[in-house]
Amino acid sequence: MPAFPAAARAALADSQLRRNLAHATGTIRAKRAAVVAEVDEWEELRLAGAAIKDNTLRHLDEHLLTLEAALQERGATVHWARDAAQACEIVAGIAKNHHVDEVVKVKSMATQEIGLNEALAEQGITAWETDLAELIVQLGDDLPSHILVPAIHRNRAEIREVFRRRMAAAGRPAPDDLTDEPAELAGAARLHLREKFLRAKMAVSGANFAVADTGTLVVVESEGNGRMCLTLPEVLVSVVGIEKVVPTWFDLDVFLQLLPRSSTGERMNPYTSTWSGITPGDGPQEMHVVLLDNGRTRALADSVGRQALRCIRCSACLNVCPVYERTGGHAYGSVYPGPIGAILNPLLKGVGVDEQTDSLPYASSLCGACFEACPVRIDIPEVLVHLRSQVVDAHRGGAPKPEAVAMKSAAWVLSDARRLTFAERGMGAAGKALNRFGRAVLPGGRRAVRRLPWPASLWTGARDLPAPPAESFRAWWRRTGRR
Amino acid sequence: MSARDEILAAVRGALRDADRAEAPVPRGYRGAPPPADVVSLFAERVVDYRATLSRCTPADLARTVRAALGSAENVLVPESFPVDLGGVADADDLDSCDAVVTTAAVGIARTGTLVLDHGPGQGRRALSLVPDVHVCVVREDQIVPGVPEAVALLDPDRPQTWISGPSATSDIELNRVEGVHGPRTLHVVLVGP
Repeated sequence: MPAFPAAARAALADSQLRRNLAHATGTIRAKRAAVVAEVDEWEELRLAGAAIKDNTLRHLDEHLLTLEAALQERGATVHWARDAAQACEIVAGIAKNHHVDEVVKVKSMATQEIGLNEALAEQGITAWETDLAELIVQLGDDLPSHILVPAIHRNRAEIREVFRRRMAAAGRPAPDDLTDEPAELAGAARLHLREKFLRAKMAVSGANFAVADTGTLVVVESEGNGRMCLTLPEVLVSVVGIEKVVPTWFDLDVFLQLLPRSSTGERMNPYTSTWSGITPGDGPQEMHVVLLDNGRTRALADSVGRQALRCIRCSACLNVCPVYERTGGHAYGSVYPGPIGAILNPLLKGVGVDEQTDSLPYASSLCGACFEACPVRIDIPEVLVHLRSQVVDAHRGGAPKPEAVAMKSAAWVLSDARRLTFAERGMGAAGKALNRFGRAVLPGGRRAVRRLPWPASLWTGARDLPAPPAESFRAWWRRTGRR
Repeated sequence: MSARDEILAAVRGALRDADRAEAPVPRGYRGAPPPADVVSLFAERVVDYRATLSRCTPADLARTVRAALGSAENVLVPESFPVDLGGVADADDLDSCDAVVTTAAVGIARTGTLVLDHGPGQGRRALSLVPDVHVCVVREDQIVPGVPEAVALLDPDRPQTWISGPSATSDIELNRVEGVHGPRTLHVVLVGP
C-alpha cells in the first residue's frame, strides 16, 4: 500500500466515492446524535466504559486466565495465538480435523486483521463472508472501507453488477431480472447465503465482548447472519482479540448501551447473541476460542497508546472525521481505517517498520471530533501526537528528512537575535512582493501563494502559504518607539 | 515457551511500570429514574423498530396469536408454550416452516428489545431464526426499564438472543431493508393483566 498522502490523493479524485461517503457519514452522524441525546446519563456511561476497560487492561493477565478457566469449564477449547500466522494455522487445523473445505463467517475485524480468508484459501478451505456488505466486498474482489459498513464506497448500481457477474461462481446465482432496488439486492443475498448456512459444518466468528468470570462471548449484529453462523453449524471457532475481555457479566450493562447507539445510531442493534460454552441440544456442540495477541501486547506496553485497546470498534470516530469523510477507508491501507486506524495500526505494528504505517499518525487534522464521539473516551488526538513524535524519533540517524532539515534551519535562525533580524528583513521584502503579486487571497484579505517550487512544493502541495507581514513585530516595536 | 505463556509474559512485561490501581467506575446510570410508563414506552419503541404489535389479555392470547400468524401453515410451537396452538415443537428442516411462536424472558422498554433465554416456551436458538415470521409473546410484568435492569435479571449461563425488530441491513446506500437472513416479520404480542 502507498503511504496515506498518495492514497488519499487518488481517493479525493473519485467524485462518486466522495458523494457516497458524504451521504453515508452524514446520515449515520445524524442518527447517532439523535439516539445519544435520548440518554441523560451518556457522559457517565462513557466514563464508566473507559474506567472498566482501563481496569481490565491493567490486570489483563489475570482476566485472561479467568476467561480461559471459565471457557474450559463450560466445554470450550481455548487456543492462544501470538500472531496472525499462528491464529490462521489454528483455525485451518480445526477445519482439517473435521474434513471441511468451506466455512461460513460472521463479519469480524479480528479475522480480517489476520487475513484469515486468504490463509484458509491457501490450505484449500473456502471462507464465505455472510454479512451483506462483506459479501459485496468478497464477490467484488474488493477491500472493506469502513468498520461498520464495509461496502459504503459502493452504490446500488455497482452492487447489482457485482451480484450479476460474480454470484453464480460462488453458489446460487443472482436472479436474471435483478434490479438495483436495495430490497431486491438483499433478497438475492438472502437466497444465495441461506444455501450456505444450511449446509455449513463449521463457522468462524469474532466476539464483541468476552466476559471473564462467566466465559460468555457476545456478538452484536443486525442481519441475522451472525445468529445463523453461531447456531446452525456443528463446530464454532471464535477468534477473539485479548483486549475484548470485560471482567463480569454485569459490566455488559454499560457496553450494550454504548455500542449500538455509537455505531449504527440505533437504540439497540436488531440481534445480540450471547453464549457461555456449549448448550446441549442447542447450537454447535464443539466450540473453540482463539485468544489473539498480534501486536496487542505491544500496544499495551505504550503508556499513552494503551488507551486505544479500549476500542469497541463502533466506528463513531470514522463518521465524524473530516479526513475520513473525504478520503474513505481504503486510503488508510488497513482493516482499521479512520482516526482509530491511524493510531491502532502503528500501535499494533510498531513505528519505523514501513512508510505506510508511519504516515498514518499524520492522516489527521487533530480537530478532536473523534474524541468527542468515542464512547470509551479514547483521546485519539493525544495518541496521534504521541505517535508522531515516535515516528520522528524512529527516523533519527540516517539521511534526514526535508522536514527535519527545515526544522533544524529554523532552530538555527530563531536561536540568535541577529540572525532573526536578518531573516525578518528578508521576510518583509518577500511579504511586500507577495502582497502585491500573490495570486490567492485568504479570508481577511491577506495574500497567499498557492504553489512554491520544489522542495517547498511538498508543503504548498496541500496548503496555501500566507504572505509574511511586510513589517515584523520587532521592527514595528522599534519604529513606534515603545521600548 | 507456549504461545499462552509468551502472551501472558508479554502482558506482564507491558504492565511492569504501569499504575495497576483500580479506577473507580461510576455506576449512577444503574439508578437512573425509570420512565413513567414502561409498558407504553416498550410498545412505542417496538413499533418504532417496524415490528407489529398486538395487545391482549391472557384469555385472548390464543386468538391473538392465531391472528398474528395469518396464513402461516407449518408453525413451530416450542414445548411449554402457554396456550395450545397445535403446530410442531421442533423440526429438522426449519427452512420449510413458515412461522414460529415463542415466549420471551425479558422485554426492555427504552430500546424496544425482546430477550430470549431459550427456556420453556422459547425453544432452541435456531427456531426463532430460520422461519420467516416470528410471533413473540411477552407479558407486561416482564418489561424492565432499560438495559442495566435486563442484564441484572438474566442468567449468563443460558444462551441468549436479544431481538430488536426484524432482521435488517443498511448496507446498501444506508437504506434500511428488513429481513436479510432472519425473520422478515416480527410480531410482538403484549399480554396485559
